[in-house]
Amino acid sequence: MAPLTAAKPEEPLTDSKQTSVTLEDDSPQAAPESYEEKHVHAVYSQIASHFSHTRYKPWPIISNFLLSLPSGSLGLDVGCGNGKYLLVNPNLYIIASDRSSELVSIASTYGDRKNETVVADGLRLPHPRGVFDFAISIAVVHHLSTAERRREAIRSILSMLTTTGKAMIYAWALEQKDSRRGWDEGGEQDVMVPWVMKKSKKGLAPGEPNETTYQRYYHLYRRGELEDDVAIVGGKVLEGGYEKDNWWCICGRGEEFAEC
Amino acid sequence: MKVLTLNFLTCAVKACKSSTSSFPLHPKECELVSDSIVPNPALLTNILPRVDWSALITISTELGFPTLPPTAPTIEELQSDEKMMAELHTLLLETQISEGSLVCGNCGHEYKIKEGIANFLLPNHLV
Repeated sequence: MAPLTAAKPEEPLTDSKQTSVTLEDDSPQAAPESYEEKHVHAVYSQIASHFSHTRYKPWPIISNFLLSLPSGSLGLDVGCGNGKYLLVNPNLYIIASDRSSELVSIASTYGDRKNETVVADGLRLPHPRGVFDFAISIAVVHHLSTAERRREAIRSILSMLTTTGKAMIYAWALEQKDSRRGWDEGGEQDVMVPWVMKKSKKGLAPGEPNETTYQRYYHLYRRGELEDDVAIVGGKVLEGGYEKDNWWCICGRGEEFAEC
Repeated sequence: MKVLTLNFLTCAVKACKSSTSSFPLHPKECELVSDSIVPNPALLTNILPRVDWSALITISTELGFPTLPPTAPTIEELQSDEKMMAELHTLLLETQISEGSLVCGNCGHEYKIKEGIANFLLPNHLV
C-alpha cells in the first residue's frame, strides 16, 4: 500500500480567499472513521446541492447494466448520491442509500417522483443478506481511506446479493493522464481533491469570499486493484473495464464467498 | 418509505443480522400516507417471490391493516385475481410511512423515519 503521508491538497492553498479542511494529526490508519467523517462526509454535507446540480447525466455503461436486468429485479444503490440512477429503469425496485442525509434528501424526490431511500453507512447496510438481484455502487468505495475498509465495503455489497446476483462497482482511476488532473500510473494513490463552490456576488456580505474550496479524500485505484479487491473478499469478477477516468467491474459472489 | 421496502430492511448492527428477531423491523408510532401510483403488474408479479410473506404479515398486522392470507399467492393466482393484485399494489407500493420509527426486535434500537426517510446511522456505542 502506498504511504498515506501524501494525502494532502495537491497544491498548498495559500490564497486567503479559500478555506479548506485542514489536516491536523488525524490519519486513516489511526481512526479511519473519523478521518472519513471529516474529509468525506462533512464535505458532501456542505456541497450536496451544488454537487447534485453537476451530476444529472447517467453514465451509459451503468444505464446499460440497469436496462439489462429483468422486470421486477430487486436491487440496491449503495452510495446513491443525488439518485440519478433510480430513474433509468422504472421496472426495477431499488432501495438507495447514502451516508449523507443531505444527498439522500435530494435522491428521495429525484426526477419528481418518490424514490425508496434510506440514510445508511455502506459498511453497515440495513438489509437482509442474500436477497438482492443486483447492486450498484458508483464512485463510492474510493472514499474509504484504508484497503481493509474498501474491501469490507465490497464484501458488504456482495453479501446482500443472491448467489446469482450481480454488483456493478465504479471507482476513480489513478491512470487518467488525459484528464485535467493529470494523475497517472506510478503516482500517489491517496489524494485530496478540491471542490470549488462559487457563490453569486449578489447576496454576499462585504468581505465574504465568493468561492469556497472543500477538499475531499479519494483513493485512486490503479489498474487491476478493484478486481484484486473483489477476489480477496471471495467475489468473482464477471466483466470489467475502464471508462472516463474510472475503473469498473460487474461482480458476483464467488463459491468461496464468506459473509461478513 | 413503502411497505414493500420494510420487507428488505433489517437492523444495521452486525451482531443482530444473525438473529431471527432482527427481521422484520417493527414499525412504531408510524404515520401513514398513500400516493396514487400507476400499477405495474409485471413488476409486482416478479417481485412477489422475493417477499418474505410471514414478515409481511407481521408488518401489516403491526401497521393495523386487515389480516393477509396465511400463505403468499402463487404467481398464477395473482395474475388471475385482479382484486388481489390491486390490494397488494395498494398495500405494498402505494402505502408509505412518512414519520415514525422502526425498532429492532433483537437489540431494541429505534431507527427514526422523517419525511419518509429512515436513518440507519448507528450511534458510536452500537458500531
